[in-house]
Amino acid sequence: MCLSIPAKITKIKEGNIAVAEVGGASREIGLDLIEDAKVGEYVLIHTGYAIEKIDEEEAMETMKWLREMAENLPDHNEVH
Amino acid sequence: MKYINEYRDKKLVYALSEEIKKVSKKAVRFMEVCGGHTVSIHKFGLKSLLPETITLLSGPGCPVCVSSQQYINKAIAYSRLEDVIITSFGDLLRVPGTSSTLAKEKAKGGDIRVVYSPIDALRIARLHPEKKVIFLGIGFETTAPCIAASIKQASIEGLANYFVYSTHKVMPPAMTAIITEGILIDGYICPGHVSAITGSSIYDLYPKKFKVGAVIAGFEPVDLLQSILMLVKQIENDNPMVEIQYKRAVKQKGNEKAMQLLNEIFTLRDDVWRGLGVLIKSGLGISKKYEKFDAEKMIQVTEEPSFENPGCICGDILKGLKTPNECPLFRKVCTPVNPIGACMVSNEGACGAYFKYAV
Amino acid sequence: MMNNKNDIIIMDHGSGGRLSQELVQNVFVKNFGQNQSGPMTDSALLNISSTKIAMTTDSYVVQPIFFPGGNIGKLAVCGTVNDLSVVGATPLYLSCGFIIEEGLLISDLEQIVKTMADEAKKSGVKIVTGDTKVVERGSCDKLFINTSGIGVLNENCAHIASGSNIKSGDKIIINGPIADHGMAVISIRNGLEVESSLESDCASLNKMIAKTLKYSKDIRFMRDATRGGLATVLCECVEDKPFGIQLYEDSIPRNETVQGVCELLGFDPLYVANEGKVVMIVSTELSGKILEIMKRDPLGKDASIIGEVSASNEGLVVVETEVGGKRLLSMLTGGQLPRIC
Repeated sequence: MCLSIPAKITKIKEGNIAVAEVGGASREIGLDLIEDAKVGEYVLIHTGYAIEKIDEEEAMETMKWLREMAENLPDHNEVH
Repeated sequence: MKYINEYRDKKLVYALSEEIKKVSKKAVRFMEVCGGHTVSIHKFGLKSLLPETITLLSGPGCPVCVSSQQYINKAIAYSRLEDVIITSFGDLLRVPGTSSTLAKEKAKGGDIRVVYSPIDALRIARLHPEKKVIFLGIGFETTAPCIAASIKQASIEGLANYFVYSTHKVMPPAMTAIITEGILIDGYICPGHVSAITGSSIYDLYPKKFKVGAVIAGFEPVDLLQSILMLVKQIENDNPMVEIQYKRAVKQKGNEKAMQLLNEIFTLRDDVWRGLGVLIKSGLGISKKYEKFDAEKMIQVTEEPSFENPGCICGDILKGLKTPNECPLFRKVCTPVNPIGACMVSNEGACGAYFKYAV
Repeated sequence: MMNNKNDIIIMDHGSGGRLSQELVQNVFVKNFGQNQSGPMTDSALLNISSTKIAMTTDSYVVQPIFFPGGNIGKLAVCGTVNDLSVVGATPLYLSCGFIIEEGLLISDLEQIVKTMADEAKKSGVKIVTGDTKVVERGSCDKLFINTSGIGVLNENCAHIASGSNIKSGDKIIINGPIADHGMAVISIRNGLEVESSLESDCASLNKMIAKTLKYSKDIRFMRDATRGGLATVLCECVEDKPFGIQLYEDSIPRNETVQGVCELLGFDPLYVANEGKVVMIVSTELSGKILEIMKRDPLGKDASIIGEVSASNEGLVVVETEVGGKRLLSMLTGGQLPRIC
């Protein structure tokens, strides 16, 4: 379960509400479950609430490891 | 889309697939216990990228699939009350009760509204003070805090006509039951968003007590394959442990604010899981302090008795004992158009996913 | 009588009396009757010099009736024109029946009818006959429209509707990104309230399709991908047939915002409605040429070859996913609903 989507906070409103955007689509979300949300931060949204912030540094580290691993592989010819 | 597209990178997927094939020697069975993982695995066709040494099983991670028929029957009974508006996630609309579904009741005139968020249900409650608005609370530890937040908000506002009918459950008792029932698994692919809320320590007992590794996985193809690679390495090194693959979203201590709210609004209770029976302290009931928002306590109704089709083996499928192809009803009688069991109705039930995606 | 912007439709507008007549004259004839002359008769009298007539009918009940990129009227005209075009016919004449809920603003009705007239003119079709009924509040949701359309089948096109010449190796082409219409409408529905720049792709495809028809002998099949989306067209195409389809997911054109809304609400774009997309199956030799013709048209600038017909996997649509995995594409069972899981 848990369809949750990473979205960027574009505006903080009153009453624990923010506006978050993913791929050009925006929606209001509740901030009741996280602390200190800031404009520009990425959060995971689930059923209209931000449930966690995305840790950009961890994301970069994971990507770095993955890309290094991919580079060490022999070339892959893409068919079609 | 940031944090989505890069985890669907074809080159990275290929690289992970090759690495898994290189490292995986022993035949292993890994179980995922999250409907979101079931859908991702099927939607992206990940099984076709894995070596034959690896078998992936779907466990009881679909909240719709494990909810009792009695819950749907009672929701239907609520919907037939004159002064009630039912608000629900779309997932529940087509789940079969004994003789009807919420979708059918809607067609017959029941005021049943699909919402994306409990925030929408609160809005409906404010707009209709003369009606009782019941939100059908379904989902695990990812969703329960969101519903908890809505109850807290209702409490702050004094919104007297907002209720939740809870069938929320927590994952660990089911994950433990799978192992203690003797189902053979070599590793758990743990639910990423549940873990974002709970943290990773809820899985400590699996390697410690049962020597079953547990990797907390994200939902994109790269996340799932990396998690499978991590589990394979644990097996090959004979070193089961809890690891977090989904580091960008999951911290070891989880989301403490969300957990606090969850524990304030809900209390643990014994609960019935379709296929697993009663599991101790596996369900979330609304706590006494907030009982005026508890539909079960505040609104009386009698529901139709449950009746399970004897041919339906959803229970075995939920435990990973059988695959949908082994069910005598699968595809012949039980189809998404005419679902017999919940596993077929839900988008992320094993049977629904197999029917829709499996080549 | 009709110059107050708050004027609404009432039951009397449907009674056949003076008020009905005025409505017909001041809204329908005023907009649809341009470039047409002669008395109003019970039936339109048409001159059609062919015995190969294509006829289609459709009803439009979309909610809400105004949406980003169009309205129910535009949908009605484009949908009917497209249904005729995709069998290889040149659309000529349309009929429109309106079922109006009392209380609808006359200005809203006028706006819709004007849009229809504009769209008909753009597509080169005439709206020649119609009907109006008014129903009590609650009996329909603001406005329902039924249309029928007649066109003349072009030469060497009789095989296109049934797809009887489809064979292994043929290429599958779509003229642009998928799911725009469905997501534009869904995102503004109550309870989902997603803000975006999404617009319906609602458009008449007849002129673009006409440019391809000189090669019609090698066009195997065409269909517009409306309700049920691209997936439904492809699944229906292979059902009970001795061939299958191989679909390349990363060749399917997609708009990033549509993707975003789909991810947010848990919708699969392959099953979401389009109103300006045609799926064509053509011979391999012709595929480059068709792509070129489409790309020169504003409605086809993002055209792409998205798959091919295969001798294996009979009756199935197999997808090579965007990450290189394999899975099946199956028929939709009910409408998609926003989900948490």
